[in-house]
Amino acid sequence: MQSYNLSHLRELEAESMFVIREVAAQFEKPALLFSGGKDSIVMLHIANKAFFPARIPFPLLHIDTGHNFPETLEYRDNLVKKLGARLVVGHVQESIDKGRAVEETGPQASRNMLQTVTLLDTIEEHGFDALMGGGRRDEEKARAKERFFSHRDEFGQWDPKNQRPELWNLFNSRKKMGEHFRVFPLSNWTEMDVWQYVLLENIEMPSLYFSHDRECVDRKGTLLARSDYVKLMDGEKWEMMHIRFRTIGDMSCTGATVSAANSLEEIIQEVAAARVTERGSRADDKRSETAMEDRKKEGYF
Amino acid sequence: MEHFSGNGYLDMELLRFTTAGSVDDGKSTLIGRLLYDSKSIFEDQYEAIRLSSERRGEPEVNLALLTDGLRAEREQGITIDVAYRYFATPKRKFIIADTPGHIQYTRNMVTGASTANLAIILVDARKGVLEQTKRHAFIASLLGIPHLVICINKMDLMDYDQQVFERIKKEFQGFASKFKVQDIQFIPISALKGDNVVEKSQNMPWYGGSTLMYLLETIHIGSDLNLVDCRFPVQYVVRPQTDEYHDYRGYAGRVDGGIFKPGDKVMVLSSGFTSKIKAIDGPEGPVQEAFAPMSVTIRLEDELDVSRGDMIVRVNNVPEISQDIDMMVCWMNPAKLQLNGKYGIRHTTREARCVVKNILYKVDVNTLHRMQDDKEVGMNDIARISVRTTKPFFFDKYQINRFTGSVILIDEGTNETVGAGMII
Repeated sequence: MQSYNLSHLRELEAESMFVIREVAAQFEKPALLFSGGKDSIVMLHIANKAFFPARIPFPLLHIDTGHNFPETLEYRDNLVKKLGARLVVGHVQESIDKGRAVEETGPQASRNMLQTVTLLDTIEEHGFDALMGGGRRDEEKARAKERFFSHRDEFGQWDPKNQRPELWNLFNSRKKMGEHFRVFPLSNWTEMDVWQYVLLENIEMPSLYFSHDRECVDRKGTLLARSDYVKLMDGEKWEMMHIRFRTIGDMSCTGATVSAANSLEEIIQEVAAARVTERGSRADDKRSETAMEDRKKEGYF
Repeated sequence: MEHFSGNGYLDMELLRFTTAGSVDDGKSTLIGRLLYDSKSIFEDQYEAIRLSSERRGEPEVNLALLTDGLRAEREQGITIDVAYRYFATPKRKFIIADTPGHIQYTRNMVTGASTANLAIILVDARKGVLEQTKRHAFIASLLGIPHLVICINKMDLMDYDQQVFERIKKEFQGFASKFKVQDIQFIPISALKGDNVVEKSQNMPWYGGSTLMYLLETIHIGSDLNLVDCRFPVQYVVRPQTDEYHDYRGYAGRVDGGIFKPGDKVMVLSSGFTSKIKAIDGPEGPVQEAFAPMSVTIRLEDELDVSRGDMIVRVNNVPEISQDIDMMVCWMNPAKLQLNGKYGIRHTTREARCVVKNILYKVDVNTLHRMQDDKEVGMNDIARISVRTTKPFFFDKYQINRFTGSVILIDEGTNETVGAGMII
C-alpha cells in the first residue's frame, strides 16, 4: 500500500518552501541574507526549489565584515553565478569609514557587533521590507522563542516579550512604514537535520567545513584561525592543528573544532556524537549569559 | 554509526507535540528528562545551567532553566512565551512546543497546540483532576489535536499506588466523554525519578502499558492529515519567462488536503472554471501524487486566470463558499473583541476584512459552561462568534481540516494578531 507520510527531512523542506513562498508573496521587497554558512546555503538551496524553474525572485544580501574567510567569498561568488541570482553586499568597512560604526580595539576586537549597524543601514538604503535568515531555534535559547515571521520596529529592534502569536501556517506580515520583518524559514531544523539534508541532496559545501591543517591559537578553549584580524595575547602562540569549522562567521570570533571528519558521513557521525553545541565555539556568544538576546534586540540576526 | 547513515535514519518521521501542565506539575522536569535521557542536552548547555543554578543558590541543577531563555525569564524565574525544543531518537524526530503554565495560559497553549499532533497533559497524582486539567483537555480537543497522553505524575509520592492511577483515569474519562478526541492514553510516571518516562518502571509492575518515550516513538500519526478532500490554496504563480520555459505557468502552494494526481479534473475557486492537472512539480522533480503537507507546483491543461488566494479543488468535492463564517475564537489581545468591529482576516493564502456580526456565547474554560449573558471577550477568552467577510472564503469545518478550517483576526490599527478562529 502507498504510504502518505513524508520523511522528517522532506516535511521540513516542504515547510521551508512554504515559508519562503509566503515571503515572496506577502512582501514587496524581500531579500535573503547569505553568509556563506551551512544554514544560509541550505536556505538558498530550498529557495531555488520553491520557484523552480523560475529564478529566485529576490536578491541575496551579504554583510561583509571585511574579516571573511577567503574561502567563503569564493564559494559565494561561484554560487551566485550558478543560480543567476542578484547579490547585494553591505560593507562594515564603509560604515566605519563613514563614522557610523566604531571599530573595537584590543586583541579580542571583533566586527561581529558592528554588522548590526551595516545591516540596518543596508536595509534602509535598499528599502528591504523582509530579510530571510538561516537562524534555527535549536541554536540558542533566545532563538528558541523566535517566530517564523519576526516583527522589527523602525529601529530594527526585536521585542521578545511582545511578539505576535503565530498559529497554524498563517503568517501575519502587516507592518507600518519603516518597520520590517526577519523571517526564519529553517526555524524547525536542527544542526543534524541540516547536515542530513546536505547529504540527502548532495549539496556542495565550502571546504572550511571539512577537516584540514591550519594554524590556530587556543584562546580560553576557542580555537581561532590565524589571520591578520587575530592578534596574539601574552603567552599565546600559533600552532598547526587538524581542524574543521562547525559554523562559519567572522574570522575574528569563529572557533574551529579539532576534527578528522573529511566527508559528509563523517561530519554527521561527529555531530551525532558531539557533546557541545555548535555555538559553544563562538566567542561572540560567550560575552554574557544573554549575549544573543541582547544583540538580537538591537537588530542583530 | 549504523543508524546515523544510510536511508534508515534519513527516513525518520516527525512528531510535533505540546506539553500542558501548571507550575508545579513537573512539566519542566519531564521535558528536561526527555532531553537528557535522549542525550539532547549538550555539555556546554548543562554547564551553563549548572552555574546558573549555583548562582541562584539552588541545591540541585535546575533543568527548568534549560527552557527559560530570555533575560526577564531568568531574572524572574518565569516563562513568558511558547518555546520550541528539539530532540531525536533513532526512530523519530520530535518538536516540542513548550508552553508556560500560568499567566496567559490559554493564548500560549492555543498557539502551541495549533501545530501539534499530540498533547501531553500532566496531572499531579496527589491532586488528581483539577479545573486546569479540564481546561487543558478542552483546549486540546478544541484545537483538534488527534492524540492526548495523560501523564499522571509524581506517582513516587503516592507509593506507586495503582488505585490512585485508576481513580484519576476514571475521573478524567468521565468528563472527557463530553468532547471529541480520537485517542486518549494514560501513563503513570515519575518525571523526577524517571519511572515510565524512558525506562519501564520497576515500581509499578501492575502497569502493563508502554513508557512515554515508546509511545511518542510509535504512535501512529500517518492518518492525522486529511487525505480525502482535495484542497490546494495557491500561494504564488511561477512564470519563468525564459526561452527554455517560455510557456511555463505553474501554481505554487502547499497541499492542505486530499491527494492530487496528474489527469485529475479540478475546479479553480473563485472563478469556478474547470480544467485538468497537466503535471505536478515537486522539490525533486515531477511527481505522480501530491498530498498534505507537500509543497508543490501544479500546472493545468488550460490557461485560466489563477492568482494567489485562489484554491484548486476537485470538481465533485468543493469546500463551503461563503462570506458568512461561524467560528470558535480564542482571543489573544488585551484590547477586547468588539461587536460590529472590523478586523483583518487571513485564511489559507487569502486575506480580507471582516465585521463581527454576532457574539453568541463565551465558554467558561474551567466548567465548559456556555455563558450567554457575558459577552465581554478579552484576553484568553474563548467565544463563539460569527463574522461577515468582504469577499467569499473557501473553507471547511476545523474538525475536518485544520488548515482550511482556521483563520486569524488582525487588528487593523496595531497590526497585531488578536484572534485565532476555528470554523464550525
